[in-house]
Amino acid sequence: MNLDIALLLAQDGITNGAIYALLALALVLAFSVTRVIFIPQGEFVAYGALTLVALQAGRLPGTVILLMIAGGLVACAELMTATRTRRWRSVPSMLAWNVGYPLALFAVLKLVPMQGWPMAAQVALALAIIVPLGPMVYRLAYQPLAEASVLMLLIVSVAVHVVMVGLGLLVFGAEGSRTPAFSDGTFTIGTLTASAQSLWVIGCSLMLIVAFSVLFDRTVYGKALRAIAINRLGARLMGIPAEFAGKLSFFLCALIGAVSGMLIAPITTIYYDTGFLIGLKGFVAAIIGGLASYPIAALGALLVGLIEAFSSFWASAYKEVIVFTLIIPVLLWRSLRTHHVEDDE
Amino acid sequence: MKLQAKPSWFVAALVLGLVVAPLVLAEFSITLLNYIGLASLVVLGLVLLTGVSGLTSFGQAAFVGVGAYTTAVLTTSTELPSALAWLATSPWLTLIAGLLLTVVIAAALGLITLRLSGHYLPLGTIAWGISLYFLFGTSETLGGHTGRGGLPAISMFGRSLESGREIFYLIWAFVLVALLTTRNLLDSREGRAIRALKGGRVMAESMGVNTWASRMIVFVLAAMMACASGWLYAHMQRFVNPTPFSLHAGIEYLFMTVIGGASFVWGAVLGSSVITVSNQWLRDWLPQIVGQAGNYETIVFGILMIVILQRAPDGLWPAITRRLSTRETRRPSGSHHTLPRAQPAPRRELLLDVQAITKRFGGLVAVDQLSLSVRAGEIVALIGPNGAGKSTAFNLISGVLDASGGSVQFAGRSITGATSRDIARMGLSRTFQHVRLLPQMSVIDNVAIGAHRRAYPGLLAGVATGAWRLDRRSEAMLLAEAATQLERVGLASHANDDAGSLPLGQQRTLEIARALASDPKLVLLDEPAAGLRYMEKRALGELLRKLRDEGLGVLLVEHDMDFVMGLADRVVVMDFGQKIAEGTPAEVQRDARVIEAYLGGVDEKDAA
Repeated sequence: MNLDIALLLAQDGITNGAIYALLALALVLAFSVTRVIFIPQGEFVAYGALTLVALQAGRLPGTVILLMIAGGLVACAELMTATRTRRWRSVPSMLAWNVGYPLALFAVLKLVPMQGWPMAAQVALALAIIVPLGPMVYRLAYQPLAEASVLMLLIVSVAVHVVMVGLGLLVFGAEGSRTPAFSDGTFTIGTLTASAQSLWVIGCSLMLIVAFSVLFDRTVYGKALRAIAINRLGARLMGIPAEFAGKLSFFLCALIGAVSGMLIAPITTIYYDTGFLIGLKGFVAAIIGGLASYPIAALGALLVGLIEAFSSFWASAYKEVIVFTLIIPVLLWRSLRTHHVEDDE
Repeated sequence: MKLQAKPSWFVAALVLGLVVAPLVLAEFSITLLNYIGLASLVVLGLVLLTGVSGLTSFGQAAFVGVGAYTTAVLTTSTELPSALAWLATSPWLTLIAGLLLTVVIAAALGLITLRLSGHYLPLGTIAWGISLYFLFGTSETLGGHTGRGGLPAISMFGRSLESGREIFYLIWAFVLVALLTTRNLLDSREGRAIRALKGGRVMAESMGVNTWASRMIVFVLAAMMACASGWLYAHMQRFVNPTPFSLHAGIEYLFMTVIGGASFVWGAVLGSSVITVSNQWLRDWLPQIVGQAGNYETIVFGILMIVILQRAPDGLWPAITRRLSTRETRRPSGSHHTLPRAQPAPRRELLLDVQAITKRFGGLVAVDQLSLSVRAGEIVALIGPNGAGKSTAFNLISGVLDASGGSVQFAGRSITGATSRDIARMGLSRTFQHVRLLPQMSVIDNVAIGAHRRAYPGLLAGVATGAWRLDRRSEAMLLAEAATQLERVGLASHANDDAGSLPLGQQRTLEIARALASDPKLVLLDEPAAGLRYMEKRALGELLRKLRDEGLGVLLVEHDMDFVMGLADRVVVMDFGQKIAEGTPAEVQRDARVIEAYLGGVDEKDAA
């Protein structure tokens, strides 16, 4: 291996690492706020990318149908709650978001041809379809179990993952796709040639990470989420509704997932089930951060990306195995530091 | 109306059905039953992990693969190194080889994940499941994605089990043995410790149970069951390829577990049957409905799973057995043998010597330079206003929390920084301010956990004798001891009730019985009289005096001043983490600082 190859691999590693960092960020967020280990994070990656593909090809993305179904189910569940508690005040806005919005989106997609639109508009539209699925999934699968143990929520996560992969196959089919790059061209810095798309990925990831830290530090919503992560009961007693926090964190997870998917779609071919492995690598990073620390998780993500890139050069058949065995020393180190037994939540 | 059905009848009916099945059923049904049996074996392990121990694994299919591939490679390879060649002579030897390999792998995985919170094992097993699947697929020696064929049939008693009808009996014999072994194990000394893993680890450690080792036992057993299933599968198919051992298959096993009823050993068979049969059906019909090929049954199972977890988290088994009363009542048998007791400490010997212990939580000093001592045959009360740090002090002494500074000596040895388990084994037992018991377990079983370490045969011996019912004598002694302690605290009539059904005051009393069952030198009682009625408090006072006269040391936290002042030999008063007074009840009651702490003094600056 010479320096050029090493630099190329490093570039690959950093690009992928940036995506894993975003996903790790979302996973840590979901876990600390809701105690949900969000296995389906990767499905949002695939859904985002493949929805964009469908829009660019001028097809109606099947995900908008899923959005209508999920919205309908949420509306049913909320109406049942409203009947039981006799609280009807929030019903109109609930119906507008869960029934009206998906229908309106569907109508727009049916009536307006998207094919020739600028990329930015297509991306925005794909996000408009995918991101609301996050809170809807939370409402349907997790909210009724908000008090359950971490283990139970993990099992639910796996079930949601399996359902979303199956539905992905149903609406996208088995073929993989790529999208054109956000912008063509390469940059040359010394001997290193960087593709524009890698810069897009790294730039967008950095921007999102900064945006998130501002959200958490400066806004009341971010502070509410942090409060819940630190002390769930205390935060609730201070009037922060747990359900809202759950939906907000899943909204952010879906956003991160979908954006990540669209960022890497020009680099790798995305299949309906590709998201799972990508998401799991985000997990390895999140575990390195103990499912708690954002900066360590981000560093871990970079490490995962680099190790993946270099092992694909030396032992490409075993690159997945090598990446996943990376968690062994991390877990071992954590084990050795654990002295006291605590009951699981 | 509830039908009285003994579990033994149920087993007899099942065995009869299984014996007759191959004689009357068609080939297709036999194959289906074989698959159900193979899955049940794996799922049973998951029941032990998920429902009983509060852990779970997505990597069970990978262990099935270890069993299948070990035998496939050993029995079909032509160029085995001579050291391994003798293994190839019989599939029975390769079963043992597979099990040994499984134990090593499971132990290694357990070693790195089982000390951590419960969700690290499942995450670790996801990585393990994926890695092994890739390994199966890419390794040339293992046959790659095309797989490996030509496995011999298993032979038994000179008969080769070639057809599905023949191997049927072997598969179900494995299932029944595993079911009964599991049931036996759960109803033994180590079984009680295993049942405490879900939600009772802190308590169990304080009773001397090594919960890490118990978790390890459960995980290794579950992996071994999966491995045996893989061995049977390989010799039934006579061919292996990676597909049935993927992570996806591992997830399907978990579905079977949850849908059948994760806390019930028979739920394993039920869940396996439901999913295996409906899988067959859905795989035929769904692609026709959808109009394209694909694994759409997973959508149905996933949704079913979410609905079941939300609506009936105990699964289908309890829904079926709700009308049957299958609970056996425990007979606290009058055992002639009693557990040996430790030599009581000589009277007035210094048992507990706490020197300047401190605990800081961030900036808050919860316990500040606290010193106290307890002698054998003495009752010492630790009192103070709410939030004074009394319970934190208890947790520091008993090793539930680590002190930030200071030292603790127990029976002449330093226990500073020791684990609660080691401290418990030295003869210090305790109760908890917020009761920690296993609400769904009977009162007597809860108390028997206290006696876990008495006449202890060792972990592996305990598991082996428990699983094969060779522990009945020592089990009878444990239960007799538990019954004696229940009698002592006045709960004998509740021995077979669910612990969770007792009122809070009696749950606290149960904790005292549990602490006493460990044959301690010193007991730490955290608010033992809270929630008790007047007569019950008097009885408790009598009991504590009797224990003192037997030479036990008692350290108690209590808010009922009449109770404390009439009982304690010495009183230590804490406020804001510090000791503010110490002495006889009479001395303490006259102390100005104590009166101020309790009644609130006049703040001189404000008054001025």
